[in-house]
Amino acid sequence: MNEQAKSISIAVVLAAGAWFLWPTVQWMTMPPEARARAERDRDPILRRKLNLGLDLRGGMHLVLEIDRDKVPEGTDLTDAVERAVEIIRNRVDQFGVAEALVAPQGDRWITVQLPGVKDPQVAKDLIGKTALLEFRLAYEGPALERIGEKIRELEIRPREALDRPEVLALVPTGYILVPSIDEHHQDFLVVRSSAEVTGAYLTSARVELRPGEMAGPHVSLEFDTDGRRRFSETTRFNKGRVLAILLDGVVQSAPVIRDHIADGRAIITGQFTMEKAKFLATVLRAGALPAPVAIIEERTVGPTLGRDSIETGMRALAVAAALVLLFMVIYYKLSGFIACIAMTLNIFLVLAGLAALNATLSFPGLAGLVLMIGMGVDANILILERIREELHAGKTLRVGVDVGYQRAFVTIFDSNMTTILTTFFLFLFGSGPVRGFGIIMLIGLCSNLFTAVFVTKVVYDFLLGRGLVGRKMLF
Amino acid sequence: MNTQIPAPQSAAPHREIEFIAPRRLFFLVSGALVLASIVMLVSGRLKLGIDFTGGTVVQMGFKQNVDTAQLRAALAGRFPGVDVQSVAAQGPYIREYIVRVNDSAEKSQTEKRVSEAVAAQGIPFEVMRVEYVGPTIGRHLQNLAFQAIGFSLLGIIVYVAFRFKSSVWGVAGVVALAHDVLLTLGFLMLMNREITLVVIAALLTLVGYSINDSIVVFDRIRENMRLNRTDPLDRVMNRSLNQTLTRTILTSATTLVAVGILYVLGNEVIKDFALTMLFGCIVGTYSSIYVASAMVLEYRTLGKARA
Repeated sequence: MNEQAKSISIAVVLAAGAWFLWPTVQWMTMPPEARARAERDRDPILRRKLNLGLDLRGGMHLVLEIDRDKVPEGTDLTDAVERAVEIIRNRVDQFGVAEALVAPQGDRWITVQLPGVKDPQVAKDLIGKTALLEFRLAYEGPALERIGEKIRELEIRPREALDRPEVLALVPTGYILVPSIDEHHQDFLVVRSSAEVTGAYLTSARVELRPGEMAGPHVSLEFDTDGRRRFSETTRFNKGRVLAILLDGVVQSAPVIRDHIADGRAIITGQFTMEKAKFLATVLRAGALPAPVAIIEERTVGPTLGRDSIETGMRALAVAAALVLLFMVIYYKLSGFIACIAMTLNIFLVLAGLAALNATLSFPGLAGLVLMIGMGVDANILILERIREELHAGKTLRVGVDVGYQRAFVTIFDSNMTTILTTFFLFLFGSGPVRGFGIIMLIGLCSNLFTAVFVTKVVYDFLLGRGLVGRKMLF
Repeated sequence: MNTQIPAPQSAAPHREIEFIAPRRLFFLVSGALVLASIVMLVSGRLKLGIDFTGGTVVQMGFKQNVDTAQLRAALAGRFPGVDVQSVAAQGPYIREYIVRVNDSAEKSQTEKRVSEAVAAQGIPFEVMRVEYVGPTIGRHLQNLAFQAIGFSLLGIIVYVAFRFKSSVWGVAGVVALAHDVLLTLGFLMLMNREITLVVIAALLTLVGYSINDSIVVFDRIRENMRLNRTDPLDRVMNRSLNQTLTRTILTSATTLVAVGILYVLGNEVIKDFALTMLFGCIVGTYSSIYVASAMVLEYRTLGKARA
């Protein structure tokens, strides 16, 4: 390659870097309102800008495990996980979190990432709730009295009846004992073991405010054709009976069927606050999870800590760069300065590479950048030491530089390859922020070969070829 | 500075520092330290963080003065074995604490319960960070860490053996690596630091750094062996070590500067990383000379003596 071709290739790489980083610059200079608008409109800039990890921007990272034993029979585990991912994504969308990520991980795990969540507890409830809605007819008959007697005989509180085999033995076949929080049946209720209608038939769930006797927020439900037919049949033939509304196996309310309901409209009442009613409507609209999920990993970082981390990282980066620059310029003069230009270019290219690969900048990643400054100049030190030796051995400046680069390159390549190997495995097996560190080191070491070896050589060729600098200035 | 550290001159052997002659003394030192680290490891002094054991970490910020004893008293009743650590407060807070609870429950409500216990004391606070790792994930992360370390070591042995076309160099480099990792683990145990995911990342970076350093020295030794076939190996090695000395010092200096800054400015997570690297860099540089190179020399002289 001649000098011109080399300069052009450097220019192309730099231009590509600038192109990949431009959206990030745009994003950082945007006023907050414009950012909010871009997030709402799902502006393509969101996918092109540099992503900050949850540890830097604040947010919540969850890993959920689906309860294998409770996946309905005949359903494949993979299908159940996929369905759960879709439902959780729906819920998160309705919750209004920008740039949320919901994805399956392994065969029965689900990763959820929510940047900038304000109330972690609400978010966890929203994601973790199974939200299985069922309408079941309540049992009315002599067994209820026998159960009551048994409870008095055992001298237990009514709630404890749910765990007592003596009590459960009294429940008639075809019925089950379930906990209840309805105001008239505050402890438990005996209901049919099969549901009349379930949330699967829902088409909408809304919060309504009703005036009058039953004031307060309710959740009003609408069913599809099938659901309406089932609802209509149940209410026509069971007038006067109690139809319990269960959410995740707990009776929320147990109204008496007064009339035949043909239009498939129902409401869930209860002592709801507005938030609770909204929450319920949201999870019902998104649908029920195929099986309960448990949170098996949580990492939440508050926005204050995230902001602190960014500031710390930036400060460390600036101080490290300044000290290494000072060190290199004092020791190697102009050559040290050229090495530092390479170092700066390297950081620029790493950030561009991150944006291009749509990777995430985490706090350990920032630490990796700082480390890159310290370790990256190694290539230049190797070259410059070698050139000095060659010059001491009596070679001319031009030959000394060429030979120095040639001799040092083998060593630089070998030593970089081994480090690249370890960081590659770190990236492959790392999780979360550590993966962010791995990718930074990986990109950094590769681009360091380009900036510290190739770019600096072009600079020397340019300077020496035109006789712009002498030996005294360089070494 | 330019005048204080003279550039090495290959034509001036009288200015060489003698590295190779006292190598057996350093074998003893290294051996003793490695043994001490292994003893500590075997006796179970290694503290694994919640990333691997499962558990909960809650970082809390207080805008009023709260001391460690007060916080511990509020929590000790409900969480036996709770660990309360005071860390440098940042931003709007006056006091910051990291609360660690080792609970092996698969569904954890620990953070909620910790918050409730502190709130019950009537002390206002903010939860800055929560980390909960269930035992399943802990085992999973342990597996991943082992795989990352295993594959890295394997990759390095294969690469070095391939590049140097002789297993002596590869084995010597990896022995030096094992030496560095063991001593660093020993150091972490002495400092009572936990092994977290980030520390594993630091250990792997250190593995890369250490082998990198050995390779630079090896490359030079081999080059000088080719250039000068008559000199005894120990002289060739000593010359090579001197020739690469400036580079060794400068590179470790710039790396130590970067790592030192991370230690001074970083938060708790990064401090662990920086501390591991800080110690590792020094041992890594030392081991390139006194473990890796010296081993090759001993192997070669042994081979000659037998032949």
